[in-house]
Amino acid sequence: MQTPVFIFFSALLLGMTQGTVKNGMSRVEGGRYVPMYGAGKNEMVTVASFEMDRLPVTNADFMAFVKQFPRWKKSAAPRLFADAGYLKNWTEDLSFPPSLSEAPVTNVSWFAAKAYCECQDKRLPTTHEWEFAAMAGYQHRDERRDSLFSARILAAYETPKTYLKPVGQSRPNYWGLYNLNELVWEWTSDFGSVMMSGENRNADARDLFCGAGSLNATDLMNYAAFMRYAFRSSIQARFTINNLGFRCAR
Amino acid sequence: MKSLFFVIGCVLIAACSGTTETANGSAEKTAAGEEIDGMSIYQLTSSWQTQDGNEMTWKDLEGEVLVAVMIYTSCKAACPRLVADMKNLEEKVGKTPVPVRYILVSIDPETDTPERLKEFAGLNHMDGGQWLFLRSTEDNTREFANVMAVKYARISPLDFSHSNIISVFDRKGAMVHQMEGLAVNNEQTVEAILTASR
Repeated sequence: MQTPVFIFFSALLLGMTQGTVKNGMSRVEGGRYVPMYGAGKNEMVTVASFEMDRLPVTNADFMAFVKQFPRWKKSAAPRLFADAGYLKNWTEDLSFPPSLSEAPVTNVSWFAAKAYCECQDKRLPTTHEWEFAAMAGYQHRDERRDSLFSARILAAYETPKTYLKPVGQSRPNYWGLYNLNELVWEWTSDFGSVMMSGENRNADARDLFCGAGSLNATDLMNYAAFMRYAFRSSIQARFTINNLGFRCAR
Repeated sequence: MKSLFFVIGCVLIAACSGTTETANGSAEKTAAGEEIDGMSIYQLTSSWQTQDGNEMTWKDLEGEVLVAVMIYTSCKAACPRLVADMKNLEEKVGKTPVPVRYILVSIDPETDTPERLKEFAGLNHMDGGQWLFLRSTEDNTREFANVMAVKYARISPLDFSHSNIISVFDRKGAMVHQMEGLAVNNEQTVEAILTASR
């Protein structure tokens, strides 16, 4: 009896999130989970409840910010805080191709993303928060062990030029969040705590890719996560990258 | 501790609203009225506490050459070597026309109180005026680390994993050199400090 009721409410909830405005934030109920990296082996991490932007920040959103804080104009942002590629897809300080308006803003540094969030009384999500929110599928809080879920993420990672697509066009996840794994990679506040090199003393991911044996669901799940963590460990805060954007949390 | 966070919170807010002032195109200026270099760390508005419990910002160090490293005092592995590297640099560089300040920034501000930093300085014979130990909030520490391209993570209640990078900033606060690794050949770094402090 319980299951049909649950399905009914889930469907109702889903209908509501899809029918209502996509802007704004969703509340993510806190919990405990084992991240792929950043805690000891099989160690649980506790994430407190938080709110997260439903959509990645778009070029239009970022334009409004730049107008208010001209320090972050393409031509004005200090080089210490953003490398030369900052907003390189914008044609001028206050213009970009119209088709990009609702696409996620990319080529923004960590410093710029942080400033954007802080100037709206928000912040960047932590890596643990981001991963916690992104392990939710359409139906459940944690669908990482579902091979379809992992395959969908990997397929999205393989699709080229997704940073040109408008946000919010696909199905939101369990929390009502869109595009976490579909269009662009996203900055986290503590991306600099990910070290997958020789200097990392508790190298969790060391034995991940020995041999190309048959992949099971766990390998697929780890592979997608591994790509994200490896990416985080490879970047610096000034970097601006074509497929790296962000969203804020609170 | 509470007051430190309060002060820093205010600075943060000021940093956010303060940017509107540059709307008119007036770039930030140094005390001497010069335009701040785009690569200068004076652009960081964060507030820091020294080993003597004094509050300061990076801009307060204008006119000095800075040699900075990030450590934590309870560190048993890499930090003693990083500290030794800093002392070697200081010894080799010696007296210079422009003052050189050797700065050790804590990545564990919770544990590394000013008292603890002071004690650490004493134990390592780094009590001269050229040595500066700093701590701030977690947020400001992460921001500074990101400027230095230093990565770090707490890996147990007492231990951190971290990059070993020593950075040199010229007297306008612009980063001019980085030395990466432990006990590496420091000739180029000494040269960079000497050039900057001429």
